[in-house]
Parts: sequence; C-alpha cells; structure tokens
Amino acid sequence: MYSKHTILGSIIRHLVVWLFIGFAVFPVLWIFSASINPTNNITAQQLIPRHIVWDHYVELFTNPQHPYAIWLWNSIKIATLTSLLTVALTALSAYAFSRFRFKGRRVGLLGLLLVQMFPQMLAMVAIYILLLNAGKIIPWIGLNTHPGLIMVYLGGAMGFNTWLMKGYFDTIPRSLEESAKVDGASQFQAFTRIILPLARPILATIFVLSFIGVYSEYILARVLLTDTHQFTLALGLNLFIHGQWGNRWGVFAAGALIGAIPFLIVFALAQHLLVSGLTRGSVKE
Amino acid sequence: MVRTYLLKHTLQIVVLGVLDGIAIWIGTSLALQVHYLTAIILILGAVGINYIYLSKRTYAMRYLLPGLIFLFAMVVYPIGYSFYISFTNLSTGHILNQQQVIAQITDRFYTPDDAPTFTYTAFKNEAGDIAILLHGSDGDLLYFQGEISPVKGSDDRFVDEDGDGSPDSFLSYDVMTLPQIIKSLPNIEGLRIPYDGGTIRLDSLRSFKMSVRRYSYNQDADTIRDLQTGTIYKNIEGFYTSNDGEELYPGFKVWMGIRNYLSLVLNPLISGPFARVFGWTVTFASLSVLTTFAIGLFLAILLNDPYLKLRRLYRVLVIVPYALPAFISILIWHGLLTNMGLFNHVLLQLFHISIPWLENAFWAKVSILLVNLWLGYPYMMIVSLGALQSIPGELYEAARVDGATWWHRFSRITLPLLLMPLAPLLIGSFAFNFNNFTLIWLLTEGGPPINARTVAQSTDILLSYAYRLAFQGARGNQFALAAAVSVIIFFIIATISAINFRLTGALEDLSKNV
Repeated sequence: MYSKHTILGSIIRHLVVWLFIGFAVFPVLWIFSASINPTNNITAQQLIPRHIVWDHYVELFTNPQHPYAIWLWNSIKIATLTSLLTVALTALSAYAFSRFRFKGRRVGLLGLLLVQMFPQMLAMVAIYILLLNAGKIIPWIGLNTHPGLIMVYLGGAMGFNTWLMKGYFDTIPRSLEESAKVDGASQFQAFTRIILPLARPILATIFVLSFIGVYSEYILARVLLTDTHQFTLALGLNLFIHGQWGNRWGVFAAGALIGAIPFLIVFALAQHLLVSGLTRGSVKE
Repeated sequence: MVRTYLLKHTLQIVVLGVLDGIAIWIGTSLALQVHYLTAIILILGAVGINYIYLSKRTYAMRYLLPGLIFLFAMVVYPIGYSFYISFTNLSTGHILNQQQVIAQITDRFYTPDDAPTFTYTAFKNEAGDIAILLHGSDGDLLYFQGEISPVKGSDDRFVDEDGDGSPDSFLSYDVMTLPQIIKSLPNIEGLRIPYDGGTIRLDSLRSFKMSVRRYSYNQDADTIRDLQTGTIYKNIEGFYTSNDGEELYPGFKVWMGIRNYLSLVLNPLISGPFARVFGWTVTFASLSVLTTFAIGLFLAILLNDPYLKLRRLYRVLVIVPYALPAFISILIWHGLLTNMGLFNHVLLQLFHISIPWLENAFWAKVSILLVNLWLGYPYMMIVSLGALQSIPGELYEAARVDGATWWHRFSRITLPLLLMPLAPLLIGSFAFNFNNFTLIWLLTEGGPPINARTVAQSTDILLSYAYRLAFQGARGNQFALAAAVSVIIFFIIATISAINFRLTGALEDLSKNV
C-alpha cells in the first residue's frame, strides 16, 4: 500500500501528523499551564505563565469549601472495593460455569449474555426507588451511601466479566485440578490454590477494566449520591465547572490533573496484563 | 462423625452462622416495622442460602450464588421494575399506594360548628410538664401525663387556696397565668388529645374545641365521603375525585396501561420534544461514529506507513486523549469552549469574532461532536491499526499490477477488509454513544433550553431526557414517563446488540461452546 515519499510528500505528512498531535495534546498542556498560573481566572491565563506558582494545588487540598481530598478518596475507595469484589464474585461464578455441569448451566450462560444487552443505568429510576426503600430498613445501604452504590455496581459488572473469565478458565487444563484432588485437595482448595494463581492475568484484567469503569462512572453516582461529602471525584469536579465555584479555573486545573493520576497508575501498571489477558481469554484451547 | 464434620467445615459454618444472625436481626426489625412480606421473603431467602451451602446436590450454586444475588437485585429486578413503572403513573403526587393515601386522608380532622367547646385551666410543674383541666358543658376533663379522664366533683388533688372557685394548684403543678400560657403556646397548640372518637385541640387562646375525622372511606364502593360537606369522591386514575372534578391530594400510584407510551407519541406537548430528542440522539451517535472512525482510520493509515520516520513516537502522542478519564477531559473542554474560554479568546484576538459554543443550540451540537471526536478517535485509530496490519500486502501488489489508483486501492481493498472485522466495534461505539450521558451532561447539561413548555433541552439525548424527567424536572419527579423513555432505549439497544450478535456470529459460537 505504501511507497517511498517525495520530499514534499514527507513534509506534508509530518505537518499533518503534527497538526493532530497539537489537537490531541493542547488541552492537556493548557490545563497544566492553568494549574501553575498565578491567575485563577480563565480569561487572564497565558499558555506560558510569567512565573510558576503551586498555590492552586495547595488551595485544592486546604480550602474547606471543596472537600477535594474526600472526593478523591471516595472515588479510589469505591473503585477499589468494587473491582476487588467484582473479581472475587466473577471468579466464583465463572469457575462454576467452566468446570461444573449442572441443570440450567446453558440457560444461565445465555441469560447472562442477554442481561448484558440491557445497560444497567437505564434502570436508574428503579434503582433509585430500590435504594430509597432499602435505606428505610437498613440505613447504611440506602441512598447516598457508598455500600449501596458499590452493590449496584457489582450487579452491573457480573454479566460481561463472568463471560470473559469463563473463557480464560476454559483454557486452563482440568488435569491440574484432577491431580491436586488426587493429592487430597478439596474442589474449593483446587480452585483457590491451583486455578486462581494461574488465572492471575485475567483477574488483573478484570480488576483494571472495572477500576477504570467505576472511577469514570457518572450517571448512577449522580442519581444515588446526594451529599457533597459522599460525592465521587466525577461529581465533585463537576461543581467547579457547572456548580457554585465556576471562577476557580486554576484550582479546577490542579484537581483535574491530580484526579487523572490514579487512573493513569492503574492503566500503566496493568497495560501488558490487559493485552495478554484479553487475547488469551478470547481464544479457545 | 459430627465432630470431624464440624471441624472440616468450620469456615462454612461460621460464615453461615453470621449470615443467619444478620438475617434474623434484619427480619425481626422488618417484622417490627410491619413489613411482613419483606420479612418473609428475607427469611425464605436465608433458608434457601442455608440449603445451598449445606446440601451436596447444590454444589455449583455455592459458587454462583454470591454473584447471582447482586445480578438479580441490581440488574434483573430493576429492569423488570422499570417496565412496571412505565405502565403506572408513579410521579410526584402519586408516590404512595392507595392504602397509604386512604390512611392519610381519613386521618384528617375538622371542627364542626356545633362541636363541643371547652374553656380550660392550665397547670405547669417545675419540670415544665403541662396538665390541662377542660371545663365542658357535661363536667370537667383532666388531661394529665398523656391521659384524659373525667374529673369527679370533689377531687382533692386540686387545691383552691384563695377560694374563688377555680383551683390554684394540682399536685405539684401550679396554675398558669395568661402570659405564661402565651409563652408555652407552641406546646399547648401542638396538643392533640384523643377523646370520644375525635380529638380535642386548642381553638383560641381561651378555649379548646373538639374536632372529628373529616373523611370516611367506604370500602364497598371505593369512595371517600367528606363528612363536612357531604361530597363523595370517587377513585379516578390515581385521585379521589368529586363529580365537580375536585381532587383530593395526595394522589396514589395506579396502573395506567400504555398511556405513558401513547403520550410520548400523541400528546403534542410531550411528543414534539421527544421526537426532537430522539432525532438528535440518533444524529449524535451516528455522526460520532462516523467522525471518530474517519479520523481514526486516516491517522492509522498515515501512521502505519513504514517510510514515515518517528511513527512510533507519533502513535503514542496522538493517543494521549485515551489515557485520561473522560469526565476530566470533558470538563477541561468545557473550560476551553466556555464564553470567556481559550477558543473565543483566540478568535477574538485574531478575527474579532466570538462563537456561542455552548449557549447556542447549533454550536452546542458542534461542540459536542468536536469533543467526542477528541475523546473517540484514539480508540478507532488503535483498532484500525490492528485491522490494517492483518490485510495481506500481496493484495495491494496485485492491485498495483492491474493499475489501480490510490482511491481504488482504498475503496476496493482497505475499506471492505477493514469493515468486516471492525463493524461490530462500530456498532458497539454507536450503542455506547447512544447513551453517552457523561459527555452531554458534563459539557452542556443538555442545554441550551428549547422553551419553557418542555423540560427537554436542545442537546438532550434520550437518556439525559429521561434523567431530567425523573430527577430534574420543574414538575417534580416524573418517574413513570422517564421509565417509559428508558424502556424505549432498552429496545433500541437490544435491537442493536442483536444485530451485532448476528453480524459476529457470536451467539452461534457461544451456544456451541457452552
């Protein structure tokens, strides 16, 4: 398809690529510049600040009007717990679907696929009323609570991830568990001691996919969390732009950059796992 | 035997024991709050769980159950409940069920003109407790420590020190003067003393009056009768309504059939905005897929060129948008596009114009597509790069030999061979954008408004419209209508998924493999 470029052709190609690089990168550069600019005003900002100040970062964490640290912590906590529990629950059910033959197995697997076709957020009104009523009986899983939100996320994560995990388990030879059982291990011990360590790439994959998904989730969190101190980062940061603090551009910029860090860390740590986990899970033995 | 069993299953028994304990505790508190049905379901569920974890025959269920509980409680049940809500009138003013509303209405009181009136003497002790002696036409009544009882003629608990015929103290209570009564008025006013089928409450500063229940419910006819006026209220569509059309508030939840769906099509106040939102949702999702795929593919072809120097570095730099959480990027873009933001700043300096990026309906749509292009093209580029590399080079060689132009090679070889593996991803991207609430809400909040007659706004997609109806509307929570919109989205997305399964043959593969 390709052939050697003329000099002009080469120049044009590089120019076009740099145009797109500019498009891709300038919002990030601009927001970084805003975070170290002396001004907090969106209009007065210059791309290259006259001098660098870190005041916005300090104010971000010290001004009690916006509990940024709490939002960040809420997001990390909810994303981590949801992801860990998702991995645990999907590993259990995927193992059953992969190894056991039982009545309703086929229906169950197809049912999971079918349920997955209905995005959970479309049931937001029903989920809202469900948690509203649950909270009247057990306050700590009701509206505006993190356990309630985590439980909602857990339900939504089951379908797709169980399928993904089952595909991976299917590639692990059964003979490994058989020999463990000969040595006296119970089925559950064979699962935890033999299969889970071998399945580490897919466990990590599902953890990362879940973390990234929950960390960025907006609509269910918005419907279910009402109190500013219960907010996740996505809800909290929004207050800087659409809420009562619209004129704190510099502080928002600092918050946006710091908020991206947990996401980037998880993303970078598991990048190679993502590739191997996804490809192995999708290929049959 | 039992002992070894217990030892071997310590963990199992401890966990089950704790769960049973919690179930009994919650079940009891439910029963105490008169939620009998919920309590019974909970206890039956707990029994089922015990069976599953103790019986050998349900071994596979032990692994499945924890996940299934959440799947059913948080996905399957809510989806079913959404369908149900969409056939009711659940909304602000119609939240309670009929029994609750009847109970609420029949607990209202009024004071008939000929109701018994009582003058009174109030007493107060040092702790601030109040006792009331009511003087009625049939003798005196004493309200003391939450109880009301008749007072006999010679009750020696009352002491009349100055002999003026009215008592000055009662046990440790002293009589209250008018200024003292006025000071304690909030307490006295709040008194509802049940007596003889009605309640006695303060009527004026110097008197109490008997009030009686205003409404009575007729179970056989399902009507409510106003005892004060004699009006009969009939049960009509979630309200008790008189013949004159007067409605008793609050209303209650009733089955409405397909009325909500009909109003989305037939009620001009709703169907107009709904059609507009629907159109924009489809346009937005299609254009988003089209633009992101076009740019992604263009870049993929450009950066797949083995003769282009630095192409590995370039690939990393152009996928920067992919590495940030979308909600953060969208908020940053809002800052760039806002009235005083970077874009208008530059436009003003260079061309002395400014564009209402987020304030004008047309430009807001342009902004949404622009931002979604920025968010979406890296993904399209990554998947296109993968697909491009799987096209055998010989095809291009053969085409070249046959004298095909660049355009022919692209349109006859590259595009068809790319679309085959990528079509499911493109359809998936369409389905994702169809419900891309985060983008719409964080960038424009659906705005700018269309007009005052509808809650729908210019850039609302179906999901944000449903959200607005349910949680942000000026007329309160229109849950039922929102659920109806959600159900329509359900069907659209399900159709798209079905097409996708057909296209990939995934379902056939899966049903072979399961």
